[in-house]
Amino acid sequence: MNAIEFHNVSFSYGGSFAIRNLSLTVGEGEFIAVLGHNGSGKSTLARLCNGLLEPDEGWIDIFSLSVGKRRNLFTIRKNVGIVFQNPDNQAVASIVEDDIAFGAENIGLAREEIGRRIDFALKAVGMEAYRHAACSRLSGGQKQRVAIAGVLALDPKVLILDEATAMLDPRGRREVMDIVTRLNREQGRTVVLITHFMEEALRADRAVVMNRGEIVMQGTPSDIFERHEELITYNLALPRIGCICEALKQGGLPVGATLDEEKLAEEIAQCLSRQND
Amino acid sequence: MLITAERLNYTYNPSSPFSTQALKDVSLTIGEGEFFGIIGHTGSGKSTFVQHLNGLIRIPSSLKKYKKRKPKKGEVPAPEPVLRVGEFDLTDKKTDFRALRAKVGMVFQYPEYQLFAESVKEDVAFGLKNFSPRPLSAEETEEAVRAAVELVGLPYDEIKDMSPFELSGGQKRRVAIAGVIVTRPEVLVLDEPAAGLDPLGKQEIMDLLHKIHKTWCKTVIFVSHDMDEVAENCTRVAVFAEGQVRFVLPPAELFLHAEELISLGLDIPLTAKICRALSRRGIEISCDFTTEDLIRSILACAKERGCVC
Repeated sequence: MNAIEFHNVSFSYGGSFAIRNLSLTVGEGEFIAVLGHNGSGKSTLARLCNGLLEPDEGWIDIFSLSVGKRRNLFTIRKNVGIVFQNPDNQAVASIVEDDIAFGAENIGLAREEIGRRIDFALKAVGMEAYRHAACSRLSGGQKQRVAIAGVLALDPKVLILDEATAMLDPRGRREVMDIVTRLNREQGRTVVLITHFMEEALRADRAVVMNRGEIVMQGTPSDIFERHEELITYNLALPRIGCICEALKQGGLPVGATLDEEKLAEEIAQCLSRQND
Repeated sequence: MLITAERLNYTYNPSSPFSTQALKDVSLTIGEGEFFGIIGHTGSGKSTFVQHLNGLIRIPSSLKKYKKRKPKKGEVPAPEPVLRVGEFDLTDKKTDFRALRAKVGMVFQYPEYQLFAESVKEDVAFGLKNFSPRPLSAEETEEAVRAAVELVGLPYDEIKDMSPFELSGGQKRRVAIAGVIVTRPEVLVLDEPAAGLDPLGKQEIMDLLHKIHKTWCKTVIFVSHDMDEVAENCTRVAVFAEGQVRFVLPPAELFLHAEELISLGLDIPLTAKICRALSRRGIEISCDFTTEDLIRSILACAKERGCVC
């Protein structure tokens, strides 16, 4: 079964279309990255997935349930958890444990079950030691991990991260990305990662590039990054390492395209030794 | 304006269970004309330090209620901190902090969240009106606001009467920066000016800072988490860790200390990572850690070995 299906979806906030005749299928257990510059419609896509916004045209199915039907919304929102950008805007309680319990309480779980869910969610994000800590005293990365835990407590099948690492420092970003990768690989949760950090998109199975509300490129992350001239026309920059590869190639050093610094070093080393023999 | 700080100490929530010492004996000199970078972890004291520079955090001896404590018998008094920004002595009660703040502009993280006025024009003019020592005429104000808005690369006549909230994210950030530089500060301090922007937006903001640095503000100081940004742009970099300054070096020398930086939990720029990976394979590349210089050095090395025609 497919986790997310968009069929010819259009949406506008009143003016021009933010999403334009978009069709997209995300399989269960897939890790997909959505790239695009500011204003390309990425966040609108996320909000459409669990019915925070309703499409003007077309329809959306989440595990074969239509988002357009009101009676499906409750089930869909349980299954699709979204983590937003700003870590400070997502805490609803003052203590970590209460914050994580909030969603679980609202779907009417039994008390013991909520306890189990909190244990599970805290463990999944590696924050067991902070169960009774005050949310306001956590670092940005920790706050985002609590936000993810709050979503996990609902045991969603799909996890959407809407630029959830944009406001974090490099350590916080790594923490969050490692957790998300693990949730995908070990627990088989579908992940939709919306980001403009090209390096993060490398972890995904598939990358989708959006521009003006449409999907303009699709493929594995390394495929996409090889088509760098196209990326630039969509106002996206190549990851820095891609630029270096390109410049070396133009300078006459035949290195293959790679996005890993170890591999690049290996390529350069090989190029340099070849002529020595 | 030369900035000299010696033996700065600062503790948040002193004498409470939550007390944390954010600065421990920090000494740092930043010369006029520098494009100075400050890096360090969240909680390393970098924001606390920059807030000292325009008196948002005050040295106790500059406060009105401050009374010098007589040292007890046999006690050696702790050496006094020093903090000077140009002609301003920030440890002195008599310092005119309003004049200082007009000279040291401060742009906080996500400055676009601080826009508030009904039109771009009013928003940018706000600081100017408040810092000006004498009332300004409408023409003078308009002239200064126009110059600032145009410097940050926005069309003044088109946007002057628009609400700042109608603008795009990148434009909002530019308007917020215009609102700070409109008082013509000599020193501009920015806390993560490029955070949260997409890669092209980041590049545009860095280009803007270089433009401001060349034309209006003699000294630019910025806090960053992005090591690549720091390696490409700064004249010198200070590394903060646990409230102390660990290194103050130009990027070309700083990133030779890759091991220490990594042990402090900091990242190193991509160029340094590539140099290290090459060095493990027996290829030593010396470069100043800008992308351009790295590429030049690798190609030069290849030419020397005759692998490039």
